[in-house]
Amino acid sequence: MTGELSGILEHVDRIAALDLDDVAPTSHVVELENVLRADVPHESLPQDVALASAPDPVDGAFRVPSPQAE
Amino acid sequence: MLELTAVQAHEAMSAGELDADEYAEAWKEAAAGDDLNAYLWRDENGDGAAIAVERPCVAPIAVKDIFCTEGVPTTAGSRVLEGYRPPYTSTAVRRLIEAGAPILGKTNMDEFAMGSSNENSAYGPVLNPWDRGRVPGGSSGGSAAVVAGGLAPWSIGTDTGGSIRQPAALCGLVGLKPTYGAISRYGMIAFASSLDQCGPLTRDVSDAALLLAILQGADPCDSTSVGLEQAPRLPDREDLKGLRFAVPNDLAQHVFDAGVREVFEATLEKIEALGGEVGEVSLPHAEHGISAYYVIAPAEASSNLARYDGVRYGMRAGGDEDLITMYEKTRSEGFGAEVKRRIMLGTYALSSGYYDAYYGQAQKVRTKIAADFSAAFDEFDFVVTPTSPSVAFGLGEKTADPLAMYLNDFFTVPMSLAGIPAISIPAGLAEPSGGGPQLPVGFQIAAPAFGEQKLLEAAHALEQAIGFDARPEGVPGG
Amino acid sequence: MRWSRRSALTPGRRGFPVAELEAVIGLEIHVQLATKTKMFCGCELSFGEEPNIHTCPICLAHPGVLPVTNEQAIRYALQIAAALECEVAPRSIFHRKNYFYPDSPKAYQISQYDIPLASNGRLGDIRIHRAHLEEDAAKTIHVGESGRIHGSSASLVDFNRGGTPLVEIVTEPDLRSAAEAASWARLLRETVRQLGVSDVNMEEGSLRVDGNISVRPVGSEELGTKTELKNMNSFRFLERGIEAELARQRELIEAGGTVAQETLHFNPGDGTLTPLRSKEEAHDYRYFPEPDLVPLAPTEAMLREARESLPELPAARIERYREQMGLADDTAALLATDPETAAYFERTAKEAGEGVEPRVVANWVTGELAAALRQADGGASAAESKVEPAALAALVAMVQEKKISNSSGKAVLATLVTEGGDPAAIVEREGLAQISDSGELEAVVAAAVEANPEAAEQIRAGNQKAIGAIVGAVMKETKGRADGGEVNRLIKQKLDS
Repeated sequence: MTGELSGILEHVDRIAALDLDDVAPTSHVVELENVLRADVPHESLPQDVALASAPDPVDGAFRVPSPQAE
Repeated sequence: MLELTAVQAHEAMSAGELDADEYAEAWKEAAAGDDLNAYLWRDENGDGAAIAVERPCVAPIAVKDIFCTEGVPTTAGSRVLEGYRPPYTSTAVRRLIEAGAPILGKTNMDEFAMGSSNENSAYGPVLNPWDRGRVPGGSSGGSAAVVAGGLAPWSIGTDTGGSIRQPAALCGLVGLKPTYGAISRYGMIAFASSLDQCGPLTRDVSDAALLLAILQGADPCDSTSVGLEQAPRLPDREDLKGLRFAVPNDLAQHVFDAGVREVFEATLEKIEALGGEVGEVSLPHAEHGISAYYVIAPAEASSNLARYDGVRYGMRAGGDEDLITMYEKTRSEGFGAEVKRRIMLGTYALSSGYYDAYYGQAQKVRTKIAADFSAAFDEFDFVVTPTSPSVAFGLGEKTADPLAMYLNDFFTVPMSLAGIPAISIPAGLAEPSGGGPQLPVGFQIAAPAFGEQKLLEAAHALEQAIGFDARPEGVPGG
Repeated sequence: MRWSRRSALTPGRRGFPVAELEAVIGLEIHVQLATKTKMFCGCELSFGEEPNIHTCPICLAHPGVLPVTNEQAIRYALQIAAALECEVAPRSIFHRKNYFYPDSPKAYQISQYDIPLASNGRLGDIRIHRAHLEEDAAKTIHVGESGRIHGSSASLVDFNRGGTPLVEIVTEPDLRSAAEAASWARLLRETVRQLGVSDVNMEEGSLRVDGNISVRPVGSEELGTKTELKNMNSFRFLERGIEAELARQRELIEAGGTVAQETLHFNPGDGTLTPLRSKEEAHDYRYFPEPDLVPLAPTEAMLREARESLPELPAARIERYREQMGLADDTAALLATDPETAAYFERTAKEAGEGVEPRVVANWVTGELAAALRQADGGASAAESKVEPAALAALVAMVQEKKISNSSGKAVLATLVTEGGDPAAIVEREGLAQISDSGELEAVVAAAVEANPEAAEQIRAGNQKAIGAIVGAVMKETKGRADGGEVNRLIKQKLDS
């Protein structure tokens, strides 16, 4: 994996050599602004549907192991 | 009736000459004969109730397994979503259902759309119906294989760096990547958010136009969607008079197969025969497209795929240990090698101290590529290239060297970075450089943003002139 | 120059003289907006209900979902920006802040990074560095012994709260004491509350205040290493926590140590500070612009709407009361945090007209009236009471013009509180008019002096306090209708004569 990654990085590193100081980076492809949604409630999922795919549903909540004890 | 294109079938259904249910049933049966590993799910047990179409009036369709379909397994070709059934349906599929297109099945794909050969699927590779020892292309390999292999009349896929166009080319189909924002991404499992687009894989340009008309439109669920100014019409152009086509210079060195180059040159001649003008243009930054793409796409992917953590849905491993172990085991066991590779690349490209040199720089290259196309379109109507540097290659041929695989996207990536529409149409057959039976070659045409109608018209005219009617052995039609 | 005794006496320590240290405090505030729905999806906000009943594929971060920005959250954020006199960015964008934690379902929080919605503002004496929009995390309940991260075996995640709109406000490190920080935080809280954009309740979590604390020698312009202080969920705890941390840093430096950058958790039980190995420690969030959302470019109309929607906010009101109306600082502050009573005061002052100083009216409202209301009604507000502003104004004027005595005034007020009505009518009815006929009063004074020869003797001898007995006698005779000052004067006059 490391070998593959360095090979790829070598290739992408080519762009580092380009002089693009005066160029603005593209952060958004579409020229849109202020696309907003009205503050109107939609129907939320019933609790059982929200938990339907949960690997470990407990008492209506998603159970996960805790971070390791210190 | 399986030889009808979707447009022909639609006309026949509207005229009362074709029974829609019978037609849908016939395709369902055909789909059941899948020996290409192209389908990951078909509605055999009636568990597609939530996405059922009551009264079909449009040809049934295959859908890449990257589109969420309520109650129906959606895996994105990954182990990490094995068995996952979404609680909602993507906008694209909803529009298909509302248009009356029954969903034939979910097609196999490269895991999380990362790949150019469909060999990165956790559910096995897809076989190219033209030659079962070869790849169909990727990441929409399944969607291409079902249409080329007579298992579906048409399909939808996604294209981030070429994942519709390249498999279309390798399978002798039409594949369209629309302008970024033309079709809603809501419900389309994200790979690279600023590049992903839904699009058609069809047998001809008219079918692609019909599918685009069904799918396109601004969606309140997708802030980046704008739709097209006007609904696409079925193309009817017959010549290319007055249209100017630009060929990027320095092209030849990036083509692998001599046969691909020959078909490309022959197609340019056909353009001229139709009254079109062919010229040369310089796209100085397009050659850096791969470098920029393989920074931006993995960077966004590293963030988009972080939600697969075993907490709320999908696969979980190590759940009885501690939190970090659960995260690590779930993702290590759930993701394939290519996905891991790109997540690592992407994480690196975004990390503090490296952001400017990688992600920042790549986004600047992107600005320049878009500017190069803009300048080209000041003088020309279209930019044309071969879609893929080679015809379909053998299974396992390029899996050892990821970079070699990435270079398959050389011609398709720049259009994705610029957000402009591009279509691949089958232009002929060619022998692979290693010798063997002839395989399809794709011709790519790119147009300015939101220029879909002009693009479809030109592609249609050229397609008629080319008259590509080859089919894999045993597949009806032609 | 303050020398550390310990360092001077302890051999082996560096024992260098420690200059006077000053506190340098900045606050980081999170305000939960009181919109109807979440920041990026249409789920309703929830208040301590059953878990996971206000969720959807978007706030659960299912595959394929996309955020869509709540327009009311933008509106509220612009109001906050206007109230804090911030510059609003002509074009700001959202960023992804990437980190793994169960309460972060996308494994990134949509926030704002280098181009926030607002910056460079001020509230009172404190500068605002920036204010931006983001979404709240979900709630993780650690199921185990202590209920905190350490020592628990599993966690349960409830996504009801996840996605609630937040405005994060960061101040410059302009605060110089724990008391000032708590007081300013109260001003901020009241300001935001009066905008109507948030409940700003610290105990409920709709207002969260963290502190960034460091110390440095007085006169230095450089900033010392700062620590971050979290989990102070009341203004009192905020003050105590900051004080404790300042003390800790001072002691550390005086002992020759250096402050390490860390995050500390305030323990409300005993006021101690515990270093946190938080999920945010030394984290690289790999910020990049959010590709699923488009930029915010507030229009002139949106900005104007925000500015015009502002009520007169506490800071401005305090200023106006002090400068234009001559109110004392604390009276002004009291009224500014109680808009209804402030409105009542202003109506009353207007009714009283130019003859009565606003300061006098304010003292009646916040003093006598408040006391009378507490007595009678257990705390109804002035605006809710039966005392009409016009009535109070008339009463204040009558007392000022000495038509009735102070104590009569209080009696009338008590009646107004229970019955309402017109003070003049009450005075007439109860016969409380001040004795304005000096002849009548002189006669009563003379009688009282005669009836209290011992007191008179003492006064003549120089004991002024004895006058109280005679004053009392006069008041009794007149049933409190005499003006106390006038009575004093007449008694002295009588005794001198």
